[in-house]
Amino acid sequence: MTMPLSVTVCQKIDQAIAKYPAGREQSAVMAALTIVQSERGWLSPESLRDVAAYLNMPPVAVYEVASFYSMYHLKPVGRYVLTLCTNLPCLLQGADKAARHLQEALNIGWSETTADGMFTLLQGECMGACQEAPVLLTNHHRMCCKMTPPQIDALLAQLRAEAAGKERDE
Amino acid sequence: MSAFLDFGPDAVLLAGLTGDNWRLKDYVARGGYEALKKILSERTAPEQVLAEIKLSALRGRGGAGFPTGMKWGFMPHNAPEKYVICNADEGEPGTFKDRDILRFNPHAVIEGMAIAAYVMGCGRGYNYIHGEIWEVYERCEEALAEARASGFIGSRILGSPFSFELFNHHGFGAYICGEETALLESIEGKKGQSRYKPPFPANVGLYGKPTTVNNVETLACVPLIVKNGGQWFLDLGRPNAGGTKIFSVSGDVERPGNYELRLGAPFAKLLEMAGGVRGGRRLKAVIPGGSSSPVLPGAVMMETCLDYDSIAKAGSMMGSGAVIVMDETRCMVRCLQRLSEFYHEESCGQCAPCREGTGWLAHIMHRIEHGEGRPGDIETLDRVAHNIMGRTVCALGDAAALPVRSFVKHFRDEFVYHVEHRRCQVADHV
Repeated sequence: MTMPLSVTVCQKIDQAIAKYPAGREQSAVMAALTIVQSERGWLSPESLRDVAAYLNMPPVAVYEVASFYSMYHLKPVGRYVLTLCTNLPCLLQGADKAARHLQEALNIGWSETTADGMFTLLQGECMGACQEAPVLLTNHHRMCCKMTPPQIDALLAQLRAEAAGKERDE
Repeated sequence: MSAFLDFGPDAVLLAGLTGDNWRLKDYVARGGYEALKKILSERTAPEQVLAEIKLSALRGRGGAGFPTGMKWGFMPHNAPEKYVICNADEGEPGTFKDRDILRFNPHAVIEGMAIAAYVMGCGRGYNYIHGEIWEVYERCEEALAEARASGFIGSRILGSPFSFELFNHHGFGAYICGEETALLESIEGKKGQSRYKPPFPANVGLYGKPTTVNNVETLACVPLIVKNGGQWFLDLGRPNAGGTKIFSVSGDVERPGNYELRLGAPFAKLLEMAGGVRGGRRLKAVIPGGSSSPVLPGAVMMETCLDYDSIAKAGSMMGSGAVIVMDETRCMVRCLQRLSEFYHEESCGQCAPCREGTGWLAHIMHRIEHGEGRPGDIETLDRVAHNIMGRTVCALGDAAALPVRSFVKHFRDEFVYHVEHRRCQVADHV
């Protein structure tokens, strides 16, 4: 069952399409997938078909893009996706400690989601901010720097509080 | 006003930046957009601007070091649709200079792109921004809106006949898109797999049209060259490589960060600016130009100057200027293992030698690191690396192979110890 893309999503995709020459709507596919993922949390086969229909692309071409770039999720993820860079410069600044700490605090391994659906933990590659290593991204948007174990604890507490606050509001 | 960020006394690209003064009014107060205004108001011939870029000996700052003026000169004159692209897909492990340029001085890149477009006759440009730096992408969107509102970007710029449209394109997690033809595929809305060259992008680029792709730092140099002259820029650096270079120093130093030095400055000076090796330890090894460049022993590096020729003579590459420092406590096997994992993860899968070879390298490195190395593994590593090199469409294959060959060459004893004793020789494991 295909769910229609929301008006807001369509407006945002239209803005992305406008960046490219006429007839080059396919160039907006990465932006469209990002926009839909932001709204729906992940990219289901239905979401990929929605994007394909909107951009007049074959669904397989959209799948090819969605499966190629590492920040698209083709499976459900937690409310907060935490991506920790463990590449060499981060490793030299304690990314291994940060990784162990995150795995123990959340009681999950790489690419797993906590039982309460709150966090998904991903191992990331270089994010281009090595002077502030170890670096962690939340939901691919916010960059958190110098992630020592106390910093990680503070971040997890903050995200949990934020989620609880949102649930109260709802 | 916040304090100036310390990028070193020789900084010209990053001089006067505080982290807060990135807006258009601040850039203009620093003399920004003067170069663009000058060439548009004086109707300077594009060939004359190109001559200054050539005189400056500006070379590509993304890694390849190709002369920028020559690259621009490859663009055909009479094509109706041409593109200039800024490569801000900064994903080479250890490199973080472009992020600082874009978040602290985005208008320098916008002005550089407008001048590049003027010289090459491009009507449209894109800035392809690394997926992981969303906040920087948002800032670039804001800066671009400012530039448009003030008439520096758009149709008939500053009342001249020159029009140039510029847009930001946000990547979404693929190291390979830093390779220029993969980047073009990505903007076209496809998976980022490199194209065969030739044809080169100057002939067949974005949407099949003539295109030039330049690095962020390269483009940020352009307004300075136009404003101060090619000779001024040339005099800052070496005879065949003008200007300053931003070095991203990471790893075992007291103050990791970006430092801007004149090309040809000694490595020892850079290390000193970064506060020296952390904890007063001894320098063991340095990767001088991003993870794809061959590692060098610390002692060799201490005798080397930071320019294209000197680093090449020492046995490595200037690359993107990402200097990864490792101290005496670091296990070279562990360091290489993580890099091998990276290249395996990021190989796009198009060419068999890279797709399969990076897998073998990662697999063998994993077992050596975990005490399961077998006799002959070290030779196999070298053979696999050799068999990847030169046999792939793009440079990712070579980038995966070069670290392996150099780590094994310079630190063979450590690899042998790992295989023979099934454990690490270095006490304080990474």
